Amino acid sequence: MSERTPEKGPVGGTPAGSTDSGLLLDGQSGGEPGGPTGTGDVVAHAMASGHGDDGSVDARQASLWSDAWRQLRRNKLFLIAAFLLLVLSVMAMFPGLFSSINPSDRGACQLSSSKLGPRSDAWFGNDIQGCDHYANVIYGARVSMIIGLVVVGGSTIIGIVLGALAGFFGGWFDTLMARITDIVFGLPLLLGAILILGVFPERGLPQVCLALIVLGWPTTLRLFRASVIAVKDTDYVAAARAMGATNGRIIVRHILPNAIAPVLVYATIAVGGIIAAEATLSFLGIGLQLPAVSWGLQIGSGQRLIRTAPHIIFFPSAFLSVTVLSFILLGDALRDALDPKTR
Amino acid sequence: MARYIARRLLLAIPVLIGASFLIFAMVFALPGDPIRALGGDRPISPAVQEQLRDQYNLDDPLLVQYGKYAGGLLQGDLGTDFSGRPVADILEQTVPVTVKLALVALAFEAVFGLIAGVLAGIRQKSFFDNLVLVSTTLVVSIPVFVLGFVAQYVLGLKLGIFPVAGVASGFQGYLLPGFVLAALSLAYVARLTRTSLAENLRNDYVRTAKAKGLTPLSVVGKHTLRNSLIPVVTFLGADLGALLSGAVVTEGIFNIPGLGRAVFGAIQTQEGTVVVGIVTLFVFVFILFNLLVDVLYAALDPRIRYE
Repeated sequence: MSERTPEKGPVGGTPAGSTDSGLLLDGQSGGEPGGPTGTGDVVAHAMASGHGDDGSVDARQASLWSDAWRQLRRNKLFLIAAFLLLVLSVMAMFPGLFSSINPSDRGACQLSSSKLGPRSDAWFGNDIQGCDHYANVIYGARVSMIIGLVVVGGSTIIGIVLGALAGFFGGWFDTLMARITDIVFGLPLLLGAILILGVFPERGLPQVCLALIVLGWPTTLRLFRASVIAVKDTDYVAAARAMGATNGRIIVRHILPNAIAPVLVYATIAVGGIIAAEATLSFLGIGLQLPAVSWGLQIGSGQRLIRTAPHIIFFPSAFLSVTVLSFILLGDALRDALDPKTR
Repeated sequence: MARYIARRLLLAIPVLIGASFLIFAMVFALPGDPIRALGGDRPISPAVQEQLRDQYNLDDPLLVQYGKYAGGLLQGDLGTDFSGRPVADILEQTVPVTVKLALVALAFEAVFGLIAGVLAGIRQKSFFDNLVLVSTTLVVSIPVFVLGFVAQYVLGLKLGIFPVAGVASGFQGYLLPGFVLAALSLAYVARLTRTSLAENLRNDYVRTAKAKGLTPLSVVGKHTLRNSLIPVVTFLGADLGALLSGAVVTEGIFNIPGLGRAVFGAIQTQEGTVVVGIVTLFVFVFILFNLLVDVLYAALDPRIRYE
């Protein structure tokens, strides 16, 4: 699987494969000679995880995931990332545990303390409206986590379903999907999101999620499609078919578990990318709108004050970066654990 | 090879039509009346509004509007914005700026990314390798606009090494925004090169090359690196979209009069022709770039042939 053979042609080695899945969703496409088998510009290597070429089915399958779990538990970076994400999730669900002030409460903001720097009774200082910046930043976690998980969950489900159909059956549906993904890939992520979001006069969580899902699913589709194609010619699939299994059963019971590893790895890393994308959109003024509490909005509001009150930009930026970092580390650890070659 | 290129270019046509129509439809669907918004606080007289709507075909149904636009496009007419300035003019002024910015970014990516990747890949688990791994992970986690602010604040405002914003000072003005734009991809290039090189160094032909007495420099430079570059080149091709996306943000932060700023402004004022013109250009460049990447494969890896 690791050898770049001529038959694989131009799609042999991809960025997504060995180390780094494209972080932003539009970092994924690539050379693609068209035609039904051409679109697989995807994780060739990571896929090796799901099945050996000698693939004995169920025993090996089970041991892959339990092996992976055993390795994950020993990985320090994984433990750190998981801990950070746990804290961030609690912060997103129960921000009141971290801060006694709710930034949307009446009286939470005193204009008299506008732009004051960090000090003992306001750790992160105050923003331009005089709100406690620590409370702002804590309450900002919720939006980021929701958007990250909803968008990646949505685009992963769409991508897996359509990718399975395209990869397994091929034909006109596959070609159609290839063309649609071409179009979406050609559109830079941010630009596409700006265009889609411009359509809505009022922009909130649902609209931002929708825009990012629309632009996100093609990556998962390509990844999963390539995995499915790699798996569907294996002996155990042939064996299942010989035993009279229906197409649906083959896809769900035999192909899915063996082809899903690269998609899982990608999805984990993509959560970070989506969170960064939401912050960027809100920062540009085209994503969430006030009074939403979002790190992107907070950073945007501090943009003009970078000379006088850099703390307004600094704290939400730091939280944003740590969140993205945690998802990337988690994805890295997951990939190492799921790829037998690195053991 | 020529046939392959021709086929790929033909395949690009439906993608271009699809993309431009999609963008056109989205701009069409934008709420509000761009002509009324044009007047701002002082309303434009109905007769003038009528005239303008007529001039920009705003009363036609979507398909007719798109047909008229595409018809003009085929004759080389990109249309005009609402103040009557030809879109071709806007492109002429902004494209060179963004191309310069992108070239500076690509140069950063290729030079620093490759050097860091090669040095880390040769000596895995060394101090430098770990440094590259840690620093690239950090860079990847910092969103471009945050990085832009930090660079602007520290290198521009505090240390005064680079101009804070604008490109009036010429080439110098492109360095800092170019670096910010490149940072994310630079990290990916470094990591990809590292992994790919490390993987290839384990191959038999490397042992053979060493055994016949080649210097380490030519083992890596002539034999291994060439084989390791394929994923990197793929990445650079696919990354162009990210570069253009990043340009919207970077040009905004550093106040650079390029395509990114022009398209962002045009979306906000609903100037459909400008948006469609620029974004379709993006898509076209992206397709061309990916074709170029596929052609490059054949140069990098003689086993790959196109029929």
